[in-house]
Amino acid sequence: MLKPAARAAPSEERAVFRGAALPWLFLLPTLLILAVFIYLPALRTLRLAAFRANVILGTEQFVGLGNFAGLLASPAYQQVAFQTLVFTVLTVAGGLLCSLSLAWLASRPIRGAKTYRLLLIYPYALSPAIAGTLWLFLFNPEIGVVNQVLRAAFHVQPRWLDTPILAFGLVTLASIWKGLAYNIVFYLASIQNLPGDVMEAAQIDGATPRQVFWRVAFPLLSPITFFLVFTNIISALFDSFALTDILTRGGPYVGHAGITTFLVYQLYQDGFVNFKTGAAAAQAALMLALVAFITVMQFRVGERRVHYGA
Amino acid sequence: MTSRAAVPAHAPAHRRTWPTHLALILAVLIISAPLIFALIKATQDSSAVLSPSLIPGGAFFRNLESVWSGAHLGRYMTNSLIVALSVTVGKTVLALLAALAFVYFRFPLKGVAFGLVLLSLMLPTEVLIIALFDLVSRDLKWANTYAAIIVPFLASATGTFLFRQHFMNIPTSLADAARIDGCGPLTFLTRVLVPMSWNTIGALAVIQFVYGWDQYIWPLVIMQQDDKQVVQVGLRKLIEVGGQTDWGAVMAGAIITAVPPLLVFTALQEQFSRGFALTEDK
Repeated sequence: MLKPAARAAPSEERAVFRGAALPWLFLLPTLLILAVFIYLPALRTLRLAAFRANVILGTEQFVGLGNFAGLLASPAYQQVAFQTLVFTVLTVAGGLLCSLSLAWLASRPIRGAKTYRLLLIYPYALSPAIAGTLWLFLFNPEIGVVNQVLRAAFHVQPRWLDTPILAFGLVTLASIWKGLAYNIVFYLASIQNLPGDVMEAAQIDGATPRQVFWRVAFPLLSPITFFLVFTNIISALFDSFALTDILTRGGPYVGHAGITTFLVYQLYQDGFVNFKTGAAAAQAALMLALVAFITVMQFRVGERRVHYGA
Repeated sequence: MTSRAAVPAHAPAHRRTWPTHLALILAVLIISAPLIFALIKATQDSSAVLSPSLIPGGAFFRNLESVWSGAHLGRYMTNSLIVALSVTVGKTVLALLAALAFVYFRFPLKGVAFGLVLLSLMLPTEVLIIALFDLVSRDLKWANTYAAIIVPFLASATGTFLFRQHFMNIPTSLADAARIDGCGPLTFLTRVLVPMSWNTIGALAVIQFVYGWDQYIWPLVIMQQDDKQVVQVGLRKLIEVGGQTDWGAVMAGAIITAVPPLLVFTALQEQFSRGFALTEDK
């Protein structure tokens, strides 16, 4: 949620109020909660990852890096990691392309633009679990409206949730759909902050609307696009859980794992269904490294390649 | 979304606009289709629900009644409301206090404190659930309590940063004047900063309420007791009933579950949009 602009370092140090203890008192609730519910569990995750543990039996056996070695060698985990990668790339690329187009359309100076904008962003308030529930019914093979239409028109009734490729596509589409509103909010805000004079100058110089978009607007929108790429990667990795849990339960099974089983789903399965606590903690540690890598990339690439405009 | 919305940002005004209208109407229809479909099906009786019919029926309240008391949706909704409201209020207050410390004080180790808040963005709860479960259920013995799904989420890095950013755009002279008038930092916060921050507070309230309402994986593992469960996990149970799913009732349940965040969103829509537009450094 952190916007590029918010990263700017404070230009001036303010010290309006005095008192050495007072600022710490104000920070105490936030720091205490972060320490107990974020940092402590993070450290415990790293510790647990070194044990073969089972919370049900209450057993713990030190295995060092054994859990990690086991995961990296596991064909099922490799498959899940690869599926997550494909799902994330498709969701982020598809989602940003659709939302930029829609935000661009909705920011045109037309009658009722405000209403269109509202109708495009309200689905932000729908939860991933609701999204999963609605799509589950829409694509139900027998009674879902999609198949009822397909049956009437083409005499086909695809088994959306049992056919691996269709289930994967369905989860991806649902995830793009769920993310649209969030992306549109940010794109709309940025498009309205574009420098109108630059765009007008380009038009006066005879640029076509297409040129204005690709040569002027798109580069100016690169910081927000860049920001959204990273927030979308994070939400594809984590928010997909509720959606896949309700829509497909991680299945259908293909090769070594369910085709819509992504990293977080696998973590949940191993931790709370199979009770392989150590293996799940090792997965958590790997995911923490992944998030750290993504965040570092966001800061490093962000500084260099992105046109921060005006 | 802002008052400047009417200013043509691009495309000369004399072009034909009906293709734009057509494209937007289509987009809105496609985006809303699952919800419209759910709305219609929620009103149909059990035979019409299973048919291709898209004609609204009169069974909405019967379907709602069936999930509300029969499947405990009323209980789940109350729980979610308690959780989402507590998380929203708590996060806002804590983030305001933290931003106050970061913007209006100079103190040793400020950079370290800021770094600790910043770093928390890299540690999503979903990844920590194994250890968090251990901590909350075994050490704190909070399993099946509201505390388990409220307290861990009260700190907000996003909120702290947005308020900090917003405060830094407020002239220092205001704080100086307040101090000379004998205001302490807390009085300054409640009398001056908060009234100047309603857009940011509103924008954050929407995000935080939606976040609190949407909680899924953590309540799923930590709440074994059904009467404390949240509505998102409740939806999963509606579908799970085994054998015949009563889809009319499930759709009524999904619709009702969507109402509270939609109400918050609608009420704070101006602030939500403006809060984001304003945080652009322009």
